[in-house]
Amino acid sequence: MTDELDGQFAQWRGYVKQRRAVSEADVDELEDHLRGSVAQLMSVGLRADEAFLVAVKRMGSLDDLSREFAREHSERLWKQLVLSGEPQAPAAKGSRRDLYAMLICAVGAAASIKAPELFGIPALVDDHDTSHRQFWGLNASLFVLPWLAAFLAWRRRAKPVVLVVLVALFGLGVVAANAYTLDDNSQSVVLTGLHLPIALWLVVGIAYVADNWRASRRWMDFIRFTGEWVIYMALIALGGGVLTGFLLATFNAIDVDPTTFVVFWLLPCGGMGAIVVAAWLVEAKQGVIENIAPVLSRLFTPLFTAVLLAFLVAFAASGNGLEIDRDMLLLFDALLLVVLGLLLYSISARDPLAPPGLFDKLQLGLVVSALVIDALVLQEIAGRIADEYGTTPNRLSALGENVILLVNLAWSAWLLLGFLRRRRPFESIERWQTGYLPVYAVWAWVVVLVFPPLFNYR
Amino acid sequence: MVEDVVRLGKDLVAASATPIVLGILAEGESYGYAILKRINELSAGQLDWTEGLLYPLLHRLERLGFVEARWQEVSGERRRKYYSLTDPGRAELSEQRRQWDTVVDTLKEIWLGPGEPRPLTARPLEGWA
Repeated sequence: MTDELDGQFAQWRGYVKQRRAVSEADVDELEDHLRGSVAQLMSVGLRADEAFLVAVKRMGSLDDLSREFAREHSERLWKQLVLSGEPQAPAAKGSRRDLYAMLICAVGAAASIKAPELFGIPALVDDHDTSHRQFWGLNASLFVLPWLAAFLAWRRRAKPVVLVVLVALFGLGVVAANAYTLDDNSQSVVLTGLHLPIALWLVVGIAYVADNWRASRRWMDFIRFTGEWVIYMALIALGGGVLTGFLLATFNAIDVDPTTFVVFWLLPCGGMGAIVVAAWLVEAKQGVIENIAPVLSRLFTPLFTAVLLAFLVAFAASGNGLEIDRDMLLLFDALLLVVLGLLLYSISARDPLAPPGLFDKLQLGLVVSALVIDALVLQEIAGRIADEYGTTPNRLSALGENVILLVNLAWSAWLLLGFLRRRRPFESIERWQTGYLPVYAVWAWVVVLVFPPLFNYR
Repeated sequence: MVEDVVRLGKDLVAASATPIVLGILAEGESYGYAILKRINELSAGQLDWTEGLLYPLLHRLERLGFVEARWQEVSGERRRKYYSLTDPGRAELSEQRRQWDTVVDTLKEIWLGPGEPRPLTARPLEGWA
């Protein structure tokens, strides 16, 4: 058969494979069927493309087809959620090994959060002794993220050079968290506590893309992974909350007080373990709820656009100036972050080949209105930072983040516009976002490593 | 095409699907597309099965052990799934055949009974299930 027809078959396979109820082997079988129909239709005089159309049409809608398959193979819809795969599937062995690796890493993370207590450092939640709040605030992420990176590196069969890079970067994290002597109340403690996890999360990203770190698509996968991971964490936290509630209530009913166990063991160990488990779930269950983050962003993009536009209108109409206080910049940083998140997760789920549509215009509207608001805020703030309070670590980091997000969104808006006018492919937006990831990493490391000495450890 | 197409009720299609597929496989090993073609041929185009009916049914029969499947390479990268009847499948087929014979004989008795022979038409069968 012709090459063109092969291309159409490949595309058709792609569509069918998205159906959870239809397995890879079924697709082979159905393709064989389709090819049979096409050959028969061509033998009675249809051209290749006509025959393909008729044959596909005859097969009926994919919805109906996969519904019929689902009726016979309902187990496929949830089977991969439980621990065992199909016995004959070659992937099953791999997924069981994944399970063990995950369990080792989760237990490791849970154990290492308790390990400092062996060396006389009070637990994170110890209310009687707050002297080690700073230690935990700075180091908490260092107890769990290396385990997560280890699990991902194991899954990707990372090369030794990647492992060396990972160890070096986590080592750098340890240095950043502990090398400086900071006052308990200094801004730097809070800033490092906030920025080190971000820096280290991108180190986890290196483990995630270990198999092919140059590919922009792999980094896009990591962004996708991050979104799904957050959702799984939220779900696990919900379930954990219910579990803890029942634990407390039932034990109280028999006059045994489980509070110490819950606070000192269940919450910290469960939380650390959940971070690895959530990653394993995202990895193993790709496809089960993989579309949640994009669905949420689809849902909220119009709503956020409406709110931002309403704010702009109200701002212009009321004539009130912006009230600038300490938290103002942080608030608008958060706003830009949300807008960026909406943009990222819409991008991550979009078919790059689809033509521009209404949703893309809506997205451009969202980004532009966020940019306008941010420009207003920056304009109000610009003069004041220098003369009223002088620069502080908090203010400089908030301003830096604002600029980083602003640059990203401004260029995204430009690319989106180009895409809407069909001047450039959608892929350019994707590449821009993945190419921008190092900027966040560099900034986070700068805040962690350079800010404390720069501001005299304030 | 045949003008007066008999549209079978859903339940009747479902009930007759198993013996039809088992019967065709009793003729020898075959694969999905060929089975569908054979059904079309045997019913003179009257039975119009969809893939959504055939393949899940084949998979169910495989799960129940009435048929067994094997993959065979056809033209390079592609492969085809061939189904053949097993011994339990053969037993199931003869059991189904016994049951269907009983039903058909009974219906014949009713419609073509010795008392008043009536012409057999397809119409009264509609929605019969």
